[in-house]
This record gives sequence, structure tokens and C-alpha cells, in this order.
Amino acid sequence: MSVIIILLIVSILIAGGFLMGFLWSVKDGQFDDQQSPAQRMLFDNELKINQTNLKNTK
Amino acid sequence: MSTSKAISLACYHCGNDVSTKNISIGEKAFCCSGCKMVYEILQSKDLCNYYELNQRPGVVQDKSKRSDKYNFLDNADIQQKLIHFSNNENSHVTFYLPQIHCSSCLWLLENIHKVNEGIISSRVNFTKKEVFIVFNHHQTSLRGVVESLDGIGYEPYLSLNEIGNEGGSKTDRTRWYKIGIAGFCFANIMMMSLADYFVSENVIDYKIELFFKTISLLLSLPVLFYSATEFFTSAWYGLKNKYLNIDLPVAMALVITFLRSLYEIANGAGNGYLDSMSGIVFFMLIGRWLQSRTYQTISFDRDYKSFFPIALNVVKDGVIIPTEISKVKVNDVIQVYSNEIIPVDAILSKGNASIDYSFVSGESLPIQVNIGELIYAGGKQLDGLLELVVVKEVSQSYLTNLWNNPVFNKKQPLQHSTYDTIGKYFTYAVLAIGLIAGMYWLKLGETKLMWNAITTVLIVACPCALLLSQNYTNGNILRIFGLNKFYLRSPEIIERLSQITHIVLDKTGTLTQTKGSNVKYSGKVIDQTIQSDIASLLKQSSHPASKLVSGFLNIQNVSEVKDFKETDGQGIEGWVNEKHIKIGSPKFVGGEYYTEKQGTKVIVSIDGIIIGEYIISNKYRFGVSRLIQSLKKKYTLSLISGDNDTELTHIQDLLGKESDVFFNQSPQQKLDYVQELQSAHHLNVMMIGDGLNDSGALKQSDIGIAVADTGNNFTPSSDGVIDSSKLANLNTFIQFAIAGKKIILITFSISAIYNIIGLYFAVQGILSPVVAAILMPCSSITIIALTYGLTEWLSKYYHLKEVTK
Repeated sequence: MSVIIILLIVSILIAGGFLMGFLWSVKDGQFDDQQSPAQRMLFDNELKINQTNLKNTK
Repeated sequence: MSTSKAISLACYHCGNDVSTKNISIGEKAFCCSGCKMVYEILQSKDLCNYYELNQRPGVVQDKSKRSDKYNFLDNADIQQKLIHFSNNENSHVTFYLPQIHCSSCLWLLENIHKVNEGIISSRVNFTKKEVFIVFNHHQTSLRGVVESLDGIGYEPYLSLNEIGNEGGSKTDRTRWYKIGIAGFCFANIMMMSLADYFVSENVIDYKIELFFKTISLLLSLPVLFYSATEFFTSAWYGLKNKYLNIDLPVAMALVITFLRSLYEIANGAGNGYLDSMSGIVFFMLIGRWLQSRTYQTISFDRDYKSFFPIALNVVKDGVIIPTEISKVKVNDVIQVYSNEIIPVDAILSKGNASIDYSFVSGESLPIQVNIGELIYAGGKQLDGLLELVVVKEVSQSYLTNLWNNPVFNKKQPLQHSTYDTIGKYFTYAVLAIGLIAGMYWLKLGETKLMWNAITTVLIVACPCALLLSQNYTNGNILRIFGLNKFYLRSPEIIERLSQITHIVLDKTGTLTQTKGSNVKYSGKVIDQTIQSDIASLLKQSSHPASKLVSGFLNIQNVSEVKDFKETDGQGIEGWVNEKHIKIGSPKFVGGEYYTEKQGTKVIVSIDGIIIGEYIISNKYRFGVSRLIQSLKKKYTLSLISGDNDTELTHIQDLLGKESDVFFNQSPQQKLDYVQELQSAHHLNVMMIGDGLNDSGALKQSDIGIAVADTGNNFTPSSDGVIDSSKLANLNTFIQFAIAGKKIILITFSISAIYNIIGLYFAVQGILSPVVAAILMPCSSITIIALTYGLTEWLSKYYHLKEVTK
């Protein structure tokens, strides 16, 4: 029966990982602006140069 | 303007009607040279994709621009306040651009490095209408960046108020954290509880069960002590102010549920209600989030400071020095250009002043000011350069004095919502049931069942359903209002909208358009030559009324005028083609053509005989009379305006005989009037206004709604902002808010059935965690589905679903 305990711990850890991912993305500001990324993805071809520039300056 | 749609052309840049064919490039027509200039810049930089992404994405550019407009941005003090980060090479700056509205804007602004080489990168925050720019300050300057933005049609909004805010506004992310954690804990506790529900008692190993319970308990701690904190703080705040709000019974139920579960787990008696508790917290937080997604782009708390420019050109010994507005001193000589606002009380020393006070006082026609006369702060110069001598500093001017009124410092009173009251009675009722059940079991001597009954009744007593239906309904109503360009400061306003009994309207800028007046001629038939003679005389005068009539006549070739004489504020006279023409007020000309009062009149007489008059009247916004007709049926109305009473009869007809109509009112009088309605007549007053002169009344009223023109980024402090194009729908919005209140009550009554089922078990002392775990999600989901469905259906019913650009 103790295998259930291990399974449970593993499952909570995995779920906890997702929770961490979510909290990280919130902290990173991914949820601050939900409109621009949706529009931005429509014309990313020309924007690539722009984006790399931004990362370099951060 | 052309009447038929087939002929009318839309500007390639902004989509406005094109009135002259002169401004065009190839087949592309433009409404003004400003729009054409933006197009030329974009074309030269290979950015015409802007026009491919959306049809006519621009914002009209009819304002005149001057090259030294942004001189003040070279001032190091001002630069320091705007730039929030700077190293040896790069500077970071964030601008608020109210023009941002479509994907084209986003694309263009993120490609702005093609327009200005010095800009390294730019990133748009669409929700906040902000652009974050990194630029190399060796290659360009802050001024260069602003000029590039202005050049492509995105004039940054720079003002005293926003300045000093460290780089853009911050978003509150704690709500996301709370929801995430509550969701995680809820799901995991539920998973472990399920084992307990489906398996009969003796199968699960004791050790495993203990392990499950410990984990559940641990997981419930962050829910109670982190995610649910806002319910406790709000309940405590209510208690401190001796006011029982709906959060108090919720907080109470949460604590009791937790303690009871703790007791059960410690005793080995059962699993407790931890899954239900964390679930309800999770659902309630989502509801709160939906409701609080208010509009980050709209600032509801602006005062005069946001209306004024940040810097002025001060002339000292013939040299122009851009100076921060707070550093402008008495007796300084300042320069003000066309279409700029004069931020201080000052005396005119040079130039032709035609001041538009419509925003400050409500006067619809511009006022001509002579040299040596005082100009009040807030007026807008319409044409030409002015030099003025400062009389009072910004902080002491006539206009800013209004803000010393106690209304502006009054704290918002605690809002006593109907739902809080219902929640209170609901709680009392359930508590009474709990006590009765408890006494019943006590009499039978069943103490264990008694405790069971009392605690579980208290758990069921949580008016979460009411809170949920309130949050989800209001959230969806706010969203639908937002789609229709009606923005409310907070969800409580929806309920207050439904309690309105009286509506006070402002005229200038609210019912009427801010730009343009109607000019009408009535009188004897006059031919082209006489019209041209009249126009010749009018062209000599710079009085606003002369300009309006002259624009109406639209005659280019003029004759010579002899012996021209202008009497201040009265009229003009002179000899044109051997005729003596007098144009001006009835008093000046000596009579009227028709004596009926209906607008500002300009009388024309030729050789002493009155031949006719030009009537200048306000242009009313589209749908205003329809709106007033519909409002009249349900509410009492009154109109209070700072303008003169030339439109009295028209407005009295519109509003009806029994309505109060006041003219020539000062901002203070407007405020006092609203106060009197509230205190003497006990009315719930809604004020609709637009300008600074309405600020006091908007603040004093129960709901102040500001009318905003598209592209105008200033609205006085208010509870809501309505786009001028949607003003005609205001009554529909109010009716929708009233219906929203009914939706909340209906869904709450339905969910009360779940509570009754829960109570049925609870009074018997047999409310098991399984029953609670089934009832809780069922009730929540019913509410969410019902509120969503009903609000969506209602918005279709009221035709609020047709989303327009």
C-alpha cells in the first residue's frame, strides 16, 4: 500500500512544479498585458530583430 | 460634407470624411495635411504595412504642429522626471499614448526604430496603452523620441500628474498568485478526499489515511492564510466601521469550517470539509478577479493638473526658456501658441487672443480678449501666438481654487450595498435555524449531534452564493459596458446606477459637440454680391462670431473695405462697394429680423435697413433628443450650464416644462445645486458632464459620469466615463444595470435551494463532507452558468452586443 504514498508525493510534486511555473510566469509579467501578445504573434516575422534587441538591453 | 455615401471619400489615414480634394497622393485622399504628412513619413520609411493590417487605422491629425513644441524636453530637470533608467548609452522611458487602439498601432510602434535610428527597441503594453522605449541618448534625445512619436501621429500624453510616477503604472499581481495557489490546493485536496468518499471505511490503511489527512491539512493552510486573506481584512474593516458587510459571514464560515475540520481530523472522526472550503475560496477569488478587471487605461481621478501642459515658454530678455510649470513666477512673460492651454491667470500683452473657455466655464463660443485684459487659467488659445504676463501662479489661479472645496478631499463613504443587507439577514436566519436545531438536540440529550448540527449549519450559512452571483454578474456587466465604451470605476457603481432618481445634465460639451457650431441665415434673399460684401467686412474682424459666419459664407475673393470700425463686443461696420454695412449684436445694429430667441444672433444691416441675421447655435450630439425623451419617462431631469441662455427655449422644450434649467452657472453653483437636490429633496443624483467646470458637481453627485470625446484624453474626476458616440445609449446602460440587479437576486434565490438542502442535512447533524463536497461545486457552477447566460441574453435583448470599432 505504501506505493500509493510515493505516487501521491510524486503527483503533488509534479503539480507543484506546474504551480511554480504559473507563479513564475505571473512574476515575469506574462499576465500583465493579455492583449498585445495575441496581436503581436500575427506579425512576428519582421519583429524578430526587434525582440532580440530588447533581450540584449534587458 | 457630402450627403450621399457613394460620393463621400474617407481619409486614407484616419477614415474621416474628406471635404476637399486638394490633399491627396495618387488615389489616396486625406482629410487634412496632418494625416497626409504621417502617411508620407510612413511611406518613406517603408512602413506602409500599417495600412495593410487595418483599414484606415490612424487618428485624425488636424492639429497644427510647430517645430519647437517639445523644446522643454531638452530641460534636464524634466528629462530626469520622465526617464526612469539611464546608463552611459541607453535610456529607458515609458509613454502613455491614448491613441493606441488596434493591431496597426502595435505594429507601427514596435517598428519605430525604423523612423528614428536612435531608438533601440520599443514594446507596447496594449492594455495600458503604454509604450516602453529604449533609446541611445547619443544618437537621439528624449525630445527626438517624442518628436518621432508625434510625427507618426502618436502624441505622447505628458502631464504634471503622470510625471514623477516611476516609469509607467504597476499591475497588482497578488490576485493571480492567490488564485493559482487556491486552485492548486483545492485540486489536490479534492483528489485525496475522493479516495475517502468512494471507498468504504475499513479498506484504507490507517497509516495512509493519516497521511492523506495530514497532506490535506497542510495544503489547506496556504488557502486560509494566504488566498483568503482579503475576506478577513475586508470583514475586519467592516467591523471596525461598525458595518456588517457580506465578507464577515463568509470569513466566519471559513474559520468555522477550518476549525471543525481540524477537530475531525485530530479526532480521527473524518476528513473534514477542507475540500469544500478551498473550493469555495477558489471560486470566489475568480469571481472577484472577473469583477475587478476594471480599466487600467482610464484614469478616473484626474484633476486640473492633468489638463495643463508640463512646461511653458518663458521669455526673458528676448530669450525663450522652456520652464517647468511649477517654476513659473508672477510677472514672468510667457508665450502661448495656437491650440494650447493657458495654465495660469495672466494679462494679455501681445497677440490676438481668441480664448475657448468651453472646458472651464461651459461657454460655447470663444471669447475675444483685448490687450491688457485678464485671461483665466484653463482657457485655450485658438489662433496665433500670444504673449502674456503671469498674474497668479498655477497653484493659486481662479480655476485651481475650485479644488480647495472640501468635496475634493472628502473620503468616499462606505457603500452600503443591498447585497450586504441581504447577506446579513441570510446569516441571521441561518444562525437562528442553527440555534433552534442545537437546542432541539440538547433537549434530547444528544450533545455530540448538537455540536455537529450547530457547526455544520454555520458552514452552510456562508452566503458565498450571493457573493458569487454578485461578482460574476457585475464582472460580466462591466465587460459588456466596456465593449460599448462605457467604463465604470468600480462594480459598486452598477448597483448605484439602479438607484438613480434624478439626472442633472451639462450642456456644452455634454449634450453639444465640442467642435463646430451651426450657422443659419434667416432674412431677405441676398445674392452672391451682397454675400461677398458681407464676407469682405467679416474678414476684417477676428471676433469668433465673425469667423464662424465668415466660414459659413465660404467666399474667397473679397472687396476692399473702407472706414472699418470695430466696437468691442458689439459689432463691426464699414463701407464696401459704396454700401454701409453694419454687422453685430441687436443693440449695435439697432434691431432684429426675427425677435424670437434661439441662439447667438449676428444681425446685418445695409445702409440702415436690417436685411437679415445669422444665427449661431450649438450642434447637439447625435441621438441627444432621443436620449432625453427616454430618460424623461423614468427620471426627473435638470440642466445646468455655464453658458449664456440663448438656447433656453430649445432646451426647455426638450426637457419639458417641469424641469429646472439654469444658465450662467459657475462651477461652485453647479456643485451647490447638486448638493441641494440631495439634501433638500433626498434625490439620488446622477450628474453627466464633461469639463473642468463640472468637476465639483460630478464629485458631489451620487454618480458622476464624464463624457469623453474620442481622442480627448482628459476627463474630470468621475465614477464613470462614457464615449460621446455612445451617450445616446445611456438609458439602455442604466436599464441593463437595473436588470443586472435582478439577475443577482434570481440566481441567489436559485442557489438558496442548495443551501436549503444543505440545511436539511445540517440540522439533523448528518451533513457529511461528501454532501458538502457535492453541493458546493453544484451551487457554484449553477450560479456561474446562470449569471453568464442571463447577462449575455440581456445584452442581446438590449442590443449591446453589436461591437463596433
